[in-house]
Amino acid sequence: MSTTVVQPVPRSFGRMMGRSARDWAPAVAIFVLGIALWEGLVRGLDVQRFLLPAPSEILSTFWDDRDTLVSAGLFTFKEAVGGFLIGSAFAVIVALVLARWRPLGNALMPYAIAANAVPIIAFAPITNNWFGILSPTSKMAIAAVIVFFPVMVNTLRGLTSVRPESVELMRSYAARERDIFRRVRIPNSLPYLFTGLKVATVLAMIGAIVGDYFGGSQDALGIQIRRSAGIFAFDEAWAAIFVASVLGIAFYGAVALAERVVLSWDPSLRGGRE
Amino acid sequence: MNEQAAVVSLKSVTKDFARGGVRALQEIDLEVRPREFVSLIGPSGCGKSTLLRIIGDLVQPTSGDVAVNGKQAHQARLDRDYGIVFQDAVLYDWRTVAKNIALPLEMLDWNRARRSDRVGEMVELVELAGFENHYPWQLSGGMQQRVSIARALSFDPSLLLMDEPFGALDEMTRERMNMELLRIWEESGSTIVFVTHSIAEAVFLSTRVVVLSPRPGRITGIVDIDLPQPRNTDTREQERFFELVTQVRELLRTGDRSGEELPA
Amino acid sequence: MLRRGLVFAAVLAGLWALWEAYRAFGVAVRLTWPFEVNERTMPHIHDMIGQLFEPSRRNGPLLIEVLGKAALFTAKEAAVGFALGAGVGFLIAVALVHSTLLQRGLLPYIVASQTIPILAIAPMVVVWLGGRGLPGWFSVSVIAAYLTFFPVAINALRGLQSADPRAHELMSSYAASRWTVLWKLRVPASLPYLFAAFKIAATACVVGAIIGELPASIQDGLGGAILNFNQYYASSPESLWATNIIAALLGISFFLLIVLTEKLVVRRAPEHFV
Repeated sequence: MSTTVVQPVPRSFGRMMGRSARDWAPAVAIFVLGIALWEGLVRGLDVQRFLLPAPSEILSTFWDDRDTLVSAGLFTFKEAVGGFLIGSAFAVIVALVLARWRPLGNALMPYAIAANAVPIIAFAPITNNWFGILSPTSKMAIAAVIVFFPVMVNTLRGLTSVRPESVELMRSYAARERDIFRRVRIPNSLPYLFTGLKVATVLAMIGAIVGDYFGGSQDALGIQIRRSAGIFAFDEAWAAIFVASVLGIAFYGAVALAERVVLSWDPSLRGGRE
Repeated sequence: MNEQAAVVSLKSVTKDFARGGVRALQEIDLEVRPREFVSLIGPSGCGKSTLLRIIGDLVQPTSGDVAVNGKQAHQARLDRDYGIVFQDAVLYDWRTVAKNIALPLEMLDWNRARRSDRVGEMVELVELAGFENHYPWQLSGGMQQRVSIARALSFDPSLLLMDEPFGALDEMTRERMNMELLRIWEESGSTIVFVTHSIAEAVFLSTRVVVLSPRPGRITGIVDIDLPQPRNTDTREQERFFELVTQVRELLRTGDRSGEELPA
Repeated sequence: MLRRGLVFAAVLAGLWALWEAYRAFGVAVRLTWPFEVNERTMPHIHDMIGQLFEPSRRNGPLLIEVLGKAALFTAKEAAVGFALGAGVGFLIAVALVHSTLLQRGLLPYIVASQTIPILAIAPMVVVWLGGRGLPGWFSVSVIAAYLTFFPVAINALRGLQSADPRAHELMSSYAASRWTVLWKLRVPASLPYLFAAFKIAATACVVGAIIGELPASIQDGLGGAILNFNQYYASSPESLWATNIIAALLGISFFLLIVLTEKLVVRRAPEHFV
């Protein structure tokens, strides 16, 4: 669920996913097929409907409950976004500090990577005790901590993986550290930062929702899911999951869009010269 | 020879790399006069790139004196007395060609109009008109190197340090770039210190060729290249060219065999 | 070696000092933002560790014994899940690398599958597998497997494709079968990528196991222990903290195990930071 350093998406990934409409056709075909199959199997084989309702049922349940679900979704979404922003902001600041004072950064990097391996979400009961079980702040805090390490490690990687000649070039211009940061390290780190941020959106959503499993406000999506599953109202649970997925994808998409705008110069995002 | 007039003055420069106790350069004495084109040539590992970086104050010598334009190398770097070109173009992916060339000018706090004018001049100089708004990944290797040269010259340094700038290019592009470089050298009136692996390139481009021995690098010999200026494509086919190439080659072989110095 | 040890000690000491300093400051100043600082919200670290050697309940076994058993239980779930997820992920990658059509068709879903908060589906997985007579802990492993399979599949795919095209041409010149190419070229080339994924997966499956235990109402693992001690937080906050420390150590150990295995299996050039 958490990640260590992830390289910026290589060009080959774009190629793997496919660029043109023709490339996406098989995916769309399978989607349609998959939904149809799901619907067909559930109806036809009378699969335990209460476990895995047909898509049509999920959608209709969603529609019926849409007010509660959407408001719960937004409540949780706010927790996720809040945690994402706080965690990422801290992460970037810490990464800048560690890149500036390299010996410190080198010493602490392995610990940051190890800290990333800690099941942070298990600390949810503690933040519940700190901020109150009903307060969105407790889930925001968990989301922030979960987001912090991957973003920090990725950004630090981006700030430091600069070719020696680039730094020599700047030194030949009598540049100070400040200039080297501004003109070389920071622009160089942006692809890495965005890779981290995209991962962070997913982590923040999951952190916010799953944090609720240790207790939370009735207004939150995670509690809705847990409650519905608890009374075997699985269509309601799936409808809530549907909302969570839509919000998650939207969140990820927003960051991906921002990435395209900021990194307009990056050929790997445009499927450039292969 | 008036010492004050020397653009680069190296006296007994020695470089040890502490980590391995490796001596990279031994007692290098060299002077480069204004408007010269001096090539440093030697086998891999002879320290020629290190020597270039010592001139540029990017590496500190273990002992010896380095003066550039009559100042300490350190001061010369702070005063931005030289431009440097690496084997890799080292362009910034997020900047267009124009903005890459303008980088040192931004560092020098030139205003936008002045920067724009100068970039225009440099683009003309390296014959890349029309490509100002391209990104590095859209250019060929040779074109990227031209941007790198334009950038190095953009602030009119009197000295140009070049570390095997054409090493990654194919032979034909390389010969073409050699001609380009000579033209640029003439037009800009700068002094050039040029590191290369290629004997033919060194002889073709230079006024003098400095031959270094394998590690620890010493000056095996210096060959005055008395080929007529300006050089052109015919130069490579003259008899004198081959004689000089042979001379350099022999010096390289001698350095290889015994590591002893021969008179220049 | 000695320096590494010193750095390790320094980092631990630094964190300890930070904790105690903040606590002392917070208690003295009666800090209430971001959360109230007192003996309940921030027990002394030495008390947390000391609690491990107290009985977990009246006349019961020592806390460390209880937690140790729970950690092993969760570790088992996580390990099974890791093996399953990694195996499935790798097989999918092998299938995809041989068929561009499958790639284009399935890859977007593999990516999208990560936006579904799997932990939300946990209750349903538990009921379904429970209905088939499988033990509760296995469904937890399934959840851990789900979280593992994505990074492994994606990275394995990248890794299997990462070999130099010229190396492939060499294989063709030997008229090598696809099977040979797979085992002699693609798989060795993919090892660095696989280990990157394994590091992510190691953490993910520990998290998955702990969280999965919650809806499955499993008492024997760390998830259950966290819930349990959460209930007694008011009387013994140190116990919950101690549990979290053990959980953190479990996550880190899984991660370190992978790092160690990697050092033995893959010999790579050290990474270069400037």
